[in-house]
Amino acid sequence: MVTKKYPVVWLQGAGCTGCSVSVLNAVSPKIQNLLLDEVVPGHQLNLIFHATIMGGQGEPVIEVLKDTEKDRKGGYILVVEGAIPTAQEGLYGSIGERDGKHLTIEKSVAELGANALLTIAIGTCAAYGGIPAAKPNPTNCKGVKELFAEKGIGTTVVNLPGCPLHPEWFTGTVSVILFSGLDAVQLDNVGRPKLFYGQLIHENCPRRADFDKGKFAEKLGDAGCLYKLGCKGHYTNADCAIRQWNNGVSWCIKAGSPCLGCVEPEFPDGTSPMYEKVTFEDLK
Amino acid sequence: MSKRIIIDPITRIEGHMAIEAVVDDGVVKDAKSAGTLFRGFEIILQGRDPRDANRLTQRICGVCPTSHATASALCTDDAFGLTDKAPDNAKLIRAIVLGANFLQSHILHFYHLAALDYVDAVGALGGLSPFVPRYEGDYRISGKANAELVSHYVQALDIRRKCQEMLSIFGGKMPHNVGIVPGGVTEKPTEDKITNFLWRLNEIRDFVDNVYIPDVIAVAQNYDDYFGIGKGCGRLLTYGGFDLPTGRLFKAGVVSQDLKPEPFAKENITEDVTHSWYADSSSGKNPAQGETKPQLDKKEAYSFLKSPRYKGQVAELGPLARMVNNYVQGDAKVKELVDSLLGQLGAGAEALFSVLGRHGARALEAKFVGDAMVDWLCALKPAEPVIVEHKIPEESEGVGLTEAPRGSVGHWMTIKGKKIDRYQVITPTAWNASPKDDKGQPGAVEQAIIGTKVRDKDNPFELVRIVRAFDPCLACSVHLLDAKRNELGVFKAV
Repeated sequence: MVTKKYPVVWLQGAGCTGCSVSVLNAVSPKIQNLLLDEVVPGHQLNLIFHATIMGGQGEPVIEVLKDTEKDRKGGYILVVEGAIPTAQEGLYGSIGERDGKHLTIEKSVAELGANALLTIAIGTCAAYGGIPAAKPNPTNCKGVKELFAEKGIGTTVVNLPGCPLHPEWFTGTVSVILFSGLDAVQLDNVGRPKLFYGQLIHENCPRRADFDKGKFAEKLGDAGCLYKLGCKGHYTNADCAIRQWNNGVSWCIKAGSPCLGCVEPEFPDGTSPMYEKVTFEDLK
Repeated sequence: MSKRIIIDPITRIEGHMAIEAVVDDGVVKDAKSAGTLFRGFEIILQGRDPRDANRLTQRICGVCPTSHATASALCTDDAFGLTDKAPDNAKLIRAIVLGANFLQSHILHFYHLAALDYVDAVGALGGLSPFVPRYEGDYRISGKANAELVSHYVQALDIRRKCQEMLSIFGGKMPHNVGIVPGGVTEKPTEDKITNFLWRLNEIRDFVDNVYIPDVIAVAQNYDDYFGIGKGCGRLLTYGGFDLPTGRLFKAGVVSQDLKPEPFAKENITEDVTHSWYADSSSGKNPAQGETKPQLDKKEAYSFLKSPRYKGQVAELGPLARMVNNYVQGDAKVKELVDSLLGQLGAGAEALFSVLGRHGARALEAKFVGDAMVDWLCALKPAEPVIVEHKIPEESEGVGLTEAPRGSVGHWMTIKGKKIDRYQVITPTAWNASPKDDKGQPGAVEQAIIGTKVRDKDNPFELVRIVRAFDPCLACSVHLLDAKRNELGVFKAV
């Protein structure tokens, strides 16, 4: 059987590299499987550009982007990590030099996005702007979908928010695409796969029984539901409670911290102050 | 004739960076390091709940978030009047969480960021993406030895992941832990968690002892000319860090090549902006009074990194600075580790000020921290508190100084009306990758590059090996904005 290879270009915008580090934490498959092996039988990713791990630097790696856009039109997957700064014609963020000029994040995401098979916006910054776009949004940062809409780019965008995202939200989405095709990825109304973002944290929370019984933590470190300490689990859509983090070791609420609502489009402005209660009444 | 070598992007670092070197007769005469991303964290923090700074500043950097969480917690503790009140368990758990990420970051740095400059991945795996394209020519290890190093690259992917899994026992998740908060930590140290952590740590320590340190020695033996390359400014600074109930693991101090220790005082830190895109009126200020006032019509400026200086002098931060500072202040364990490594390599203390000195110090530091973590875990008291109650003051100020894997990090905050009025961050990469200061002194990385002999201008291995040995973290350098050449003329002040 011939292995079908999918070239992947991973661009980093206004972000912290935390989503890349999170994907390095993937377990089944591991990062080395994603890089070197068939992720599902007969299908393999081919990571041709990722600034944190690639061998080369300087002009030759910028040439890789040029060749990809031209030669593999419609045949590669674009992954964007980090928001896209658009103030000052995008000059607040550049990924390298091309033809003696800055290749801005805005320009590279638009160019490569226009010709991609699909774009995966990884993390809350790429999906919705995230912290770089928080008030007063000094560099006018935007998420990928908003940028594409403004530029008339029709490429499908799958949002995988989270600050950072869970590695399995990435490997799982890739699996759906490789096994069953892009059309099989069911998205919610803010572009997230329902497979991972289809239920509230609150629905599956191990402290739900405390909530139902009215047993609330009054200060950090207490037992009980963290609702009064600012937990955003009752309106945050993600499967952290079931999946847990870091190979199932723990996750925010298990470690005694309120859910910060980091997968939601309004993070962080709409979920701040982070340790202040948001009531069900407030949500109406 | 002079030639300009531009490497943009510098990859296999954290964040967006470019290097420009002017080479004359094969030797670098001038160098500029520039970051190519500005997010404006300090501006975003203004007006927010001071407790949120801990969650937000962590997101400055996904590679060393725990260092920002620690600096911010110390800063908030200071502002809230809690510095002397944080329980011993909180101090220990904060140190354990920070230590776990030191191990993760150092292993990631050597194997996944730096090693591909020395190890021939293509020779072992074939010409696969993302290992090609790459610089060609100077790969000196081959055959079985090379194949083994490449297999350790893959093994280290598992080990660094396991560091984060271990960390999340107390941190909740990684990247961006949730456990470190103002006044303490959120997770309790039960006996089962302590034992679980210890056994995970044992696997990591075994890797450091039997794989990481031997691999650094193997690279050093094959590239021993790099003991004489990338010397740098010769002045090592550390704020000190890992605040334990019994004192600090890393001592604060300043040390030059004469190896005589000088005490450190935070009041001696100033930030120059003559070569940065900030108003000159803000030059020379201590970060407690620091301002971030962009001004983009400055001809002499070429970076939005400010130039932090200590008593007006350039300093290098990082594992080398920490290990040498502890060494000269009489830390027996550090002395034994450093002397043993230098003995094995047949090198003198002066060789520490080099590309290989930085890699060696980082590997030894992984051992030093990893071994110390065992004692911290055993000092935890399961039944005792992990956090102290607190209120946000109406008005206050705070400072939080600690260590990140790549050097000292400091947070400064002013609170007014229970909100953040001013927040300033100085990161290790801001020191190391800073532009020239008011006196025209180049930054630490720039000084390490200037004077370097470049053998092949199309494959300038020397330059990227020097830069990567500092483990730059550009996302951390929060003031940063790209500042190359004259194109900045198109910016309008914001």
